[in-house]
Amino acid sequence: MENRLLVTSSPHLHGKDTTQRIMLDVIIALIPSLIVSCAVFGIMPLTMTLVSVVTCVLVEWFVQRYLLKGQSTINNLSAVVTGMLLAFNVPYDLPIWQLILGAIIAIGVGKMTFGGLGRNPFNPALVGRVFLLISFPVTMTKFPLWQNSAAEGLSGATSTAVDVFSGATPLAAVKEALKNNIPMETIIDQVDYMNLLIGMKGGSLGELAALALILGGVYLLIRRVITWHTPVAVLGSMAVMALILQLANPQLYMGPLFHLLTGGALLGAIFMATDYSSSPMTHRGMLIYGVGIGVITMLIRVWGAYPEGMSFAILIMNAVTPLINKYVKSRRFGAIK
Amino acid sequence: MLKSFTIGGIHPSENKLTADKAIENFPLPTKVVIQLNQNIGAPAQAVVKRGDKVLVGQLIGQSSNGLSCNIHSSVSGTVSSTDPVFDKGGRPVPAVTITVEGDQWDPSIDVSDTIIRNINIDSQEFFKRISEKGIVGMGGAMFPTFNKLSFPKGSGVDTLIVNGVECEPYLTADHRVMLEHGEEILIGTKLMQKAIGLKKIFIGIEENKPDAIEHLTELAKSYSDIEIVPLKLKYPQGGEKQLIESITGKQVPSGKLPSDIGVIVQNVSTVFAIYQAIQKNRPLIDRVVTITGKRLPHTGNFLVRLGTPIIDILNFAGFDANSQTAPYKVVSGGPMMGAAISNVESAVLKGTSGVLVLEDNDAIRHKELECIKCGKCIAACPMGLEPYLLFRLCELKRYDDLIANHIIDCIECGCCTFTCPAALPLLDQIRVGRALARKIASKK
Repeated sequence: MENRLLVTSSPHLHGKDTTQRIMLDVIIALIPSLIVSCAVFGIMPLTMTLVSVVTCVLVEWFVQRYLLKGQSTINNLSAVVTGMLLAFNVPYDLPIWQLILGAIIAIGVGKMTFGGLGRNPFNPALVGRVFLLISFPVTMTKFPLWQNSAAEGLSGATSTAVDVFSGATPLAAVKEALKNNIPMETIIDQVDYMNLLIGMKGGSLGELAALALILGGVYLLIRRVITWHTPVAVLGSMAVMALILQLANPQLYMGPLFHLLTGGALLGAIFMATDYSSSPMTHRGMLIYGVGIGVITMLIRVWGAYPEGMSFAILIMNAVTPLINKYVKSRRFGAIK
Repeated sequence: MLKSFTIGGIHPSENKLTADKAIENFPLPTKVVIQLNQNIGAPAQAVVKRGDKVLVGQLIGQSSNGLSCNIHSSVSGTVSSTDPVFDKGGRPVPAVTITVEGDQWDPSIDVSDTIIRNINIDSQEFFKRISEKGIVGMGGAMFPTFNKLSFPKGSGVDTLIVNGVECEPYLTADHRVMLEHGEEILIGTKLMQKAIGLKKIFIGIEENKPDAIEHLTELAKSYSDIEIVPLKLKYPQGGEKQLIESITGKQVPSGKLPSDIGVIVQNVSTVFAIYQAIQKNRPLIDRVVTITGKRLPHTGNFLVRLGTPIIDILNFAGFDANSQTAPYKVVSGGPMMGAAISNVESAVLKGTSGVLVLEDNDAIRHKELECIKCGKCIAACPMGLEPYLLFRLCELKRYDDLIANHIIDCIECGCCTFTCPAALPLLDQIRVGRALARKIASKK
């Protein structure tokens, strides 16, 4: 009889976490936002998400199988997450071929070039998104409008200035309005925070409803997929900066609540900046990285050419991550000062 | 808010299946294999030869010079061999094998259950006795207690922490010792207090043993300077450095010993053994072992004679190693830090706190995947190290970088491997790298 005695070194127990389960949790956490998007726009957001996911998975499978000649890695579900996040970061009516191209760039260039999961220095979905933004600026910044909402009210206030677009995000609308010297009081009157919370605004497919994103974030925290450090640092630094600017000149700058509830702030802080392999590994590092993202985002939003700067901010801080990992260490037991 | 250590830690399932089972005597084996290397340091020298008759408690191995420890016979009978045997990992070690005949005890040993509260013994006699009776740390490390307690005069050690944490899943031996021999443990600490001049005694117990906390707190009312400290349920609460921080709030500095900050730590079972050595003149010849496993028919906490072969324990527990069709693992000690046994003919040692059988899925490791840089190992490391980085540096054999990244601080608790979603064998690499790094560091 064959001896079935196993011998390994300790520990002999393993926790319940697996890569696949973590990715599944992220997918679950993204679903509320997808549901809101479908409630607002119909079936298209779901179709877009599926197309993006299928493309990402196929590209990863192809590269892994035929270029890297390794075992298939699609079972870990990370390509599904990238696919969902990419779709969440584009307007739902983006031409499908552009989305497919973005997905190929995201996985092909953003992830597999570096060796796959755990090795990509930049968030793959954002690599795809920024590629699309630069290549197709018109379709990527033209957001379909939800009728009879703050978005319409806002863009109505600015329609003379931005009528080349069929619609704009609240961030873009406010930025345009300020450029056209529309008084702050008028602008603030047009902002309905309740609508920002529940998704009645213009924006990318997955960034509509603040509440749905926060719900996903809470789920990830409970499941310990992410820690609070990065999201709180990103959103906290944005809020502080917005508050300082608003106090300095209320006529020129919107307040913290507006900045946190619009654009990709929540999607970025909760789902994009927390990407494992492109973000720092220690809690202290996450705080520095998060503050960097928050500050850069606000700089771009307030003074930059683009109305939204979250994607660029995350990518810039992704580039700083190796440096942070090298120099920012966690608190060591019994360290001698 | 219960006290706890401040960095890292994990929450493995407790699986304390045998917590309610009172200590029973394990049946006398037909032969015992008593290893002479039951301590950190040099093995003892055999003082018996083949054919000699021995009594229970008789000296059979004399401690060598330096760090070493006496070994006594745990049974009465005839020495059948003094040839080396294979230990649990399959390495040859010096040993004495004895065929058991009856149960005749050395008459100098008090075998009664009487507890004596006031024992007058001077410091010199105390040290002589624990050295003579072969007492070592019974938490697993088997460091000779004589050496651990011998620090230079005026070194400022004034605090004793008794480790009743038992944070390892499955194990309940210390728990039962606290419940059934609480009085002896408290007297043991008072003996130590007198011998080495301690001001304060703490007994740390994890919150999952409320009966032990209550029992000892009640008993401690009749003793001065003893405080029972309930601790938060978190692994590795019983790690020496973690326990000291939990109770005193002070961290032992990197590279230093607990005595450098005025603290010594002893396991509850060791304190019980010290009491028995002093009051009963009884050498360390048996210990409480948790015999456990989710599917074992017969589990519990047993007073086992040292040298009892593991195979006898498996048979007693109703586990037939030869008829297994699924993979299984036999662990000596707890599942987090215990060693998997490759030789089931090897025997119970002074540091064997448990014999644990893991079967099927509990026994096999998950498939290794790629590191996803999630940082969970860093968050889990109770020493505040970066296991993912140490793992990589070990693979690359970059020993200078390993030393610079404090690999020597690692306590090998296994939190990193436990928590890794990619199931990387982090500690496997780190353990090997650490051993080499220590050698390199000590040569510099």
